[in-house]
Amino acid sequence: MDKLQLLLLLALALFAIGLLGVVIRRNLLVMLMCMELMLNAANLSLVTLARQTDTSAGAVLVFLVFVVAAAEIAIAIPIVLLLVRRRHTLDADAYADLKG
Amino acid sequence: MAHLLTWIVVLPLVGFVLNGLLGNRFGKSFVTVVGCGLPLAAFAAAMACVLDLIAGGAREPLVHVAYTWAVVGDRTFEVAFWLDRLAAVMVLIVTGVGSLIHIYSTGYMHEDRSYARYFAYLNLFLFFMLLLVLGRSLLVLFVGWEGVGLASYLLIGFWFEDAEKARAGKKAFVTNRIGDAGFLLGMFAVFWALGTLDMDKVNAAYMAGPPPAVAASVVGVLLFIGATGKSAQIPLYVWLPDAMAGPTPVSALIHAATMVTAGVYLVARMSGVYMHAEFASSVVAVIGVATAFFAATIAVVQNDIKKVLAYSTVSQLGLMFVAAGVGAYGVAIFHVYTHAFFKACLFLGAGSVIHALSGEQDIRRMGGLAKRIPVTFVTFAVATAAIAGIPPLAGFFSKDEILWYAFASGKGGSPLLWAVAAATALLTAFYMFRLLWLTFFGRSRMSHEVEHHVHESPLSMTAVLTILAALSAIGGFLALPHWLEMQLPLPPVPDALHHFEWPLLVVSVVIAASGLLGAWYFFGNDAARAQRVHAKGLHRLLSAKYYVDECYERWLGRPLVWVSDRLFLNVGDRMLLDGTLNGLARLAQRGAGVLSRIQTGSLHRYVLFVLAGSAVLLLWSIGRV
Amino acid sequence: MSDAAWLNVVLFLPVLGTALLLFVPATRESAIRTLTLVAMAAQLVVTGFLYAAFDPATPGLQFATRLPWIPAWGVTYTIGLDGYNVLLVLLTAFLGPLVVAGAFTAVRRDVKLFYCMVLLIQFAMMGAFVAQDLFLFYLFWEAMMIPMFVIIGIWGGERRIYATFKFVLYTAFGSILMLAAMIWLAWSLATPEGALSFAFTDLYQSRLPLSTQVLLLSAFGLSFAIKVPIVPLHTWLPDAHVEAPTAGSVILAGVLLKMGTYGFMKLGFPLFPDATMVLSPLLIALAVVSIVYGACLALVQDDIKKIIAYSSISHLGYVMLGLVCLDLVGVQGAVVQMVSHGLTAAGLFLMVGMIYERCHTRELAAYGGLAKVLPVYSLFFMLLTLASIGLPTTSGFTGEFMVLLGAGTAGWQQYSQGSSFLLASSAVAVTGVVLGAMYMLRFAQGFLFGGERVPHGPVLDLDLREKAILVAIVAAVFWLGLFPAEPLAKTELAAQEYRQLVTTSRLPGNAP
Repeated sequence: MDKLQLLLLLALALFAIGLLGVVIRRNLLVMLMCMELMLNAANLSLVTLARQTDTSAGAVLVFLVFVVAAAEIAIAIPIVLLLVRRRHTLDADAYADLKG
Repeated sequence: MAHLLTWIVVLPLVGFVLNGLLGNRFGKSFVTVVGCGLPLAAFAAAMACVLDLIAGGAREPLVHVAYTWAVVGDRTFEVAFWLDRLAAVMVLIVTGVGSLIHIYSTGYMHEDRSYARYFAYLNLFLFFMLLLVLGRSLLVLFVGWEGVGLASYLLIGFWFEDAEKARAGKKAFVTNRIGDAGFLLGMFAVFWALGTLDMDKVNAAYMAGPPPAVAASVVGVLLFIGATGKSAQIPLYVWLPDAMAGPTPVSALIHAATMVTAGVYLVARMSGVYMHAEFASSVVAVIGVATAFFAATIAVVQNDIKKVLAYSTVSQLGLMFVAAGVGAYGVAIFHVYTHAFFKACLFLGAGSVIHALSGEQDIRRMGGLAKRIPVTFVTFAVATAAIAGIPPLAGFFSKDEILWYAFASGKGGSPLLWAVAAATALLTAFYMFRLLWLTFFGRSRMSHEVEHHVHESPLSMTAVLTILAALSAIGGFLALPHWLEMQLPLPPVPDALHHFEWPLLVVSVVIAASGLLGAWYFFGNDAARAQRVHAKGLHRLLSAKYYVDECYERWLGRPLVWVSDRLFLNVGDRMLLDGTLNGLARLAQRGAGVLSRIQTGSLHRYVLFVLAGSAVLLLWSIGRV
Repeated sequence: MSDAAWLNVVLFLPVLGTALLLFVPATRESAIRTLTLVAMAAQLVVTGFLYAAFDPATPGLQFATRLPWIPAWGVTYTIGLDGYNVLLVLLTAFLGPLVVAGAFTAVRRDVKLFYCMVLLIQFAMMGAFVAQDLFLFYLFWEAMMIPMFVIIGIWGGERRIYATFKFVLYTAFGSILMLAAMIWLAWSLATPEGALSFAFTDLYQSRLPLSTQVLLLSAFGLSFAIKVPIVPLHTWLPDAHVEAPTAGSVILAGVLLKMGTYGFMKLGFPLFPDATMVLSPLLIALAVVSIVYGACLALVQDDIKKIIAYSSISHLGYVMLGLVCLDLVGVQGAVVQMVSHGLTAAGLFLMVGMIYERCHTRELAAYGGLAKVLPVYSLFFMLLTLASIGLPTTSGFTGEFMVLLGAGTAGWQQYSQGSSFLLASSAVAVTGVVLGAMYMLRFAQGFLFGGERVPHGPVLDLDLREKAILVAIVAAVFWLGLFPAEPLAKTELAAQEYRQLVTTSRLPGNAP
């Protein structure tokens, strides 16, 4: 197995961990972190493949994902904070009534 | 002179506008001056035009194009006025009798609160009637035709606070509209065949040259449907008796002398078509004679003075159509002309009686009025004799001519037609003298209070009555059919029948006399007998007017409402359309209700769904490779 | 400014008005009313000049503006006046100020929002009429729905939510179909290089196989038929009318319904001539059914607004009949009938609004003998009733007469070629004339005559503002009834072109 394939496997592993975390963990902050993990897994695969195909599009896309991730966190954390202030819990299921 | 034609029509319209807008502000004398002055001016203008026409030998019509109403492609619709001999007769009747009745109205309606409105409507009627008479094309005629229907509607329902009267107006309008639908179709048929609506061109096309694409009888029957509405013939006559709800001068002007004769005028005006429409002509004659007889039988038992006259009008109109149906158009117009005088005189006389009796209309509560209101009595008697056909009054001449042609015309005359028409004449004489006796002779049957107030009408009314009575007396000496013959040729009479002319003349006189004697026998010695006749058998059938109104209501009116309400509204709109729609909406709502259970609010489950979805997609894409 | 710019002025004046309204505080209601009225009046004045300057002898567009808009899709901003829309544009501009003035006293809540909506819908309607690009047309067509939704939904009656939903769902359903058909049409006409065009003039050149034409006409047709509305797609109309405030009803009956028939005339039939020929028996049947069915239903309604709503269905059936019969007189009559119905129905709804403001009920049985109490009101009401019945000298007569004459003439021609369907249908349509008299007189009778019954009386007769509104409408009604020659001349070339387009087959095989 060459290095690139290993890197792709790593990305897959990261993504799987992130996904599993989102599905089974109830803590909102952990869920957010896991989502970051998944994004980064995607980033990793993007740069790897960019390297493999010797193009720059993937690398450029990574910067876009960074921006999106930053923006997402910048909004998500305050929302979580506001929620916690109201109900004093980080359990995601406690907010199930937000479905409307 | 031709441009004066427009003025004949427009002058009453000016009166309508002035009275309608300013009448209430400027008071009664203003209304009187405008309301009577402009019809008189129209009469003067009409007279000038007719004299001009005669001076020119009355061979060429006066024509004036007012303006072009519409142009579509190569079709032009013009508003043009056309004065020939036929129109000349009609225009003089309309403006002449019309003006007289306006003058009469100043007395009759003097006390009415809505004096200005009354004269506005009356002027409006004249405007449309003149449009009808002077129009060159069927379109203009139709505008007038519908317009007089409107004026009639407004005037029948003049005292609209009484829902019953307003309803009579509506009935008149709707019934007329049924006829108008036929008229429209007839007009369209003409247009399909010839691409023009100008009646002179239509007549010419049917008279000469290759037969147009639409058969003359089709046009004839369709237009006659219109005529049955306006001229109150079977089956659309039912509105006219109810139309008596209007003020009496209106009944005289619109529902006796002018508007209701429009149908006869139409047939005469389209004589070029009818001459070549054998079938349509026989329809006209048969319907005419049936209506004449039928209405006369009803008139025999009516007790409302105006209702008797109304059924008599229906009957007389039927006779006019008999003449038109056998090709004697000039004779029909002759009867229109004499009828205008004596029937207007009768109605106005009836109005004078009603005026004298403070609104009483039931002849069972009259009697002995001859000495109390002598002018009314004399004029009424003259007109009665005229309509009954007592020689040498006007009605005698025209009625005799109708009977003669019903018998002898080479275009559909027959002894049977004559017999029914003669029976009608007999009934006419009978019920008219019955009316005369019950109203003016015998002992008074009035209530004490009414009797106390009996008074002769003012000069404005009696003067008009006198003029009309005089015209009813001498009007017959004008040989109108002969004058019209150049335009409306009389039908040929088979040589073999010529020797019947004098015997038949004698028979008509005998008929009139026996009607008079019959009435005298039944009502002359004891006028109260009418009160004792009990409603049974034939009498009840006649009093109930053959239950025609009830039948129409039951078989036409109610089914229409039932279909509209039950079938269309409840089953169609509410059940089928809205039901389906609301059902679909409920279905969608319920489906959404089921689906919304998936939305639990649990983030973990959502992610699982996403995961499962992605997995399926992944597997599917792998499977495809 | 060039002539063409003035049409843009007409189109965008309501938008300008809306923009200015945003700067007026919501509490200054009279200023808001005045400003809206001024904007509408200005629009009417400019439209009047354009109408006067419209040359009847020039075929095609006048005062046209053509600008590229979304070049990638071939969408252009093309507007212009032609014989198809000139009268409808005038009608729209004419009714604008009347709607605004009519709502002066009726609307008391959220005045600013209300007038913004009225201006926006005016913009959208005007836009849909002057648009000469299908994409643009579609945008305006959709845009009309939103202000109407708001107007009925906020200022409507008790069941307004039900009515708005019904209205929106019906029209949205139609719009979706039209959108799909529009895209399909544009794609199937794309050049080999993939260039699209939505311009009407290009679409008129289309050659499509019959099956495609039928499909597309059905999609466009459903959308238009819902707007007209044609039976059996009409049930949204009575509900919408009953619940809508007066201004909403007036806009709906006066202009919005004409959008459907205009759509048929400008797009539906000319775009798919062969499909039109195939479907014409169905269309004729539906038109006649609408005439009779609407009239019958109007005969048994107890709510005065419903009577007028159902009468609209009947009257627009005449328009459809005139358009489908393809006789020049009939087509011209259809155009007149559109304007005539716009005037009379708008006038009647305004009058119903006036009496509703005074008496607070729409139940026919609650009224009686108004002629005695409100003579001026009754006079105008009678005039509009007569116009609605189609009495000669009013606009209703011009429209109905020409439609029936045209339909009959075409029917006669088909009859002599062996098909009696259209002839029979025209004869049935004539019964609408009788039914019209029956339901309108039943209405007027119960309303104006008989014993005096005035709910919440005593009430005052019309004031100067109301009289002015009605005088304007009645004057227009008589103008079209007595002197239709001039407006007819302006639409003549378009009517001829319409006939030409619809009667010329455009199947792919045919030589051009």
